[in-house]
Amino acid sequence: MRRAYFKTSWIAALLLAPQLLIIFVFFYWPSAQAVYWAFTLEQPWGGGNTWVGFDNFRNILADPYYWSSVRVSVIYAIAATALAMGMSLILAMFVDRQLAGYKAYRVALIWPYAIAAPAVGLAFRFIFNPNAGIFSYVNTVIPGLWDPTQIGWQALVTIILAGAWKHVAYSFIFFLAALQSIPRSLTEAAAMDGARPLRRMIDLQLPLLTPTVFFLFVINITDSFTDSFGIVDTLTGGGPFHATDLMVYKIYSDGFRGFDYSGAAAQSIILMVLVMALTFVQFRYVERRVHYT
Amino acid sequence: MAEIAIRNAGKTYGKTTIMQGINLDIRNGEFVVILGPSGCGKSSLLRMIAGLEEISSGEIAIGGQVVNQLEPRERGCAMVFQNYALYPHMTVGENIGYALKVARMPKAERLAKVAATAQSVGLTEFLDRKPGQLSGGQRQRVAMARAIIREPKVFLFDEPLSNLDAKLRVQMRHEIRRIHNQIHATSVFVTHDQHEGMTLADRLVVMNKGTIEQIGTPEEVYEHPASVYVAGFIGSPAMNFLPGRVDDSRAAVVLDDGQIIPLMSAIRPAAGQLVQIGLRPEKLSLAPLGGGALTARFDFAEELGSGRLYHLKIEDVPISVMAAEKHSFGEGQTIGLRFPNDAVHVFDGASGLRLDLHPAPTAAMVPA
Repeated sequence: MRRAYFKTSWIAALLLAPQLLIIFVFFYWPSAQAVYWAFTLEQPWGGGNTWVGFDNFRNILADPYYWSSVRVSVIYAIAATALAMGMSLILAMFVDRQLAGYKAYRVALIWPYAIAAPAVGLAFRFIFNPNAGIFSYVNTVIPGLWDPTQIGWQALVTIILAGAWKHVAYSFIFFLAALQSIPRSLTEAAAMDGARPLRRMIDLQLPLLTPTVFFLFVINITDSFTDSFGIVDTLTGGGPFHATDLMVYKIYSDGFRGFDYSGAAAQSIILMVLVMALTFVQFRYVERRVHYT
Repeated sequence: MAEIAIRNAGKTYGKTTIMQGINLDIRNGEFVVILGPSGCGKSSLLRMIAGLEEISSGEIAIGGQVVNQLEPRERGCAMVFQNYALYPHMTVGENIGYALKVARMPKAERLAKVAATAQSVGLTEFLDRKPGQLSGGQRQRVAMARAIIREPKVFLFDEPLSNLDAKLRVQMRHEIRRIHNQIHATSVFVTHDQHEGMTLADRLVVMNKGTIEQIGTPEEVYEHPASVYVAGFIGSPAMNFLPGRVDDSRAAVVLDDGQIIPLMSAIRPAAGQLVQIGLRPEKLSLAPLGGGALTARFDFAEELGSGRLYHLKIEDVPISVMAAEKHSFGEGQTIGLRFPNDAVHVFDGASGLRLDLHPAPTAAMVPA
């Protein structure tokens, strides 16, 4: 670990200030504001907030729509993470084995990460459109089979696919870097020991990838909970009938469409605590199974 | 166990040819060392035998079977890598037993075998450790054990000692030879260290720029180097070379400064042929002026404890002399240089090839 020491502390403070300022303006301040709103209720036409204690939280936790939102978020987070990591691992292994054309698709696979979530959502909206999209073909075979605007689980599948697709690029970069940092001679030694490529992958590459798998797992899960707004907003708008109403999207729609700032603030506090708890659990319990070499 | 036959093997990457015309027969149970500087193609040759690199032309056969198209696992070779290539997430025991596990040997039998092998290389108390907790020498032993346990037909060593410190290197060198003497598997050992080559090899293969310069026992290679390249590569300090021209009698060589070196009768170069005279530093000795076949200018001496390394010059050509006697000559003093007649190596000036192995074409036509 490299450390720098400063003789005068004001230099250190000066260097830290820009970052601290950004964190303060965009995290601590809004968070504090959210905490304030979560424990108060705004007058209907302005005119100050009334302290209501935990009432907002009680209302949310008693709301079946909220619990349905939690359930959908968990399904989305797990499915999108598993899909994104699985796909990116397979793709990274192909690239690492230098199958034909790997240089071209190594670049191509990184691009999706540069696309903004709403654009991804819009693209997938075209693809999955039941009337005009590529997927609408299934409706010409069996009419009415595919319609994510009407059928809840299909809408959920749609946002999972779009979310996973966007995350493949990020995970792919990390997996590829990790695979390429495994010394070639290790694979060769295993080949001499009689292990075939699939066996080498299971016995050698995957165990050596566990630090990367763990890191990507934490990042992907957290991102699925907090960074899925753009995809939901453009693709399904939370519908049909709350089927894709992820927690982060419900905060937005309750707050800015339903004008229930206090309820939305309470939900965001819950989401924040949930993500922090998840990360803590992951580091505390999952990391123990990770081999660092 | 098996013999290895390499027939006209070559290796190209794209348009660059890095190795060609390799012919080598390795006998069953023989310990062959491939020696050469880095980049000479020795590791590539080893990896071609192992199956880790494709053979671009020619063929390689192990135990009579051509292996060009076989996967590494089908060739019956075990390899010890330069960086050991131990599996970092497995214990020492798991590392050693991995090949058996892949081969689906029953667990009890496998563990017994791992224990026996670990015992034979002195690793018994480290079986549960991870490679990261071992010293360099211990890792080397694990790599050896991992190769031994498979009872391979052929052992391949890719500069396995180059990451060890000098003392450990000598110790492991003895260990490798001891193991070889026990199990007598055909072994191919690649190194750039001539001491390793000389001490380990039944036969040495000296490579240079993708071709084989000489194949022979260490003694043959030292006593009768086939070319200027081999002569300069084998031996420490390196052999001295003096350029000269064969005189009209064809029985002596005239050096550039006019001094004359008589030739042994076995060597019959053409008159006027340009040659390189090779003299090993350890075959030379110093004498006062007029006391030797050549005269040279004294430069300086290095103390080696067991003897001294004297640096001289003939014209501008530096000459080193390794001798046990202590002389005290002054810098610039002209002195005599003595050597036995059979210490003179003669190489062709243009091709660098040894003349008594490769007589000049005209020599055979002229009666001696």
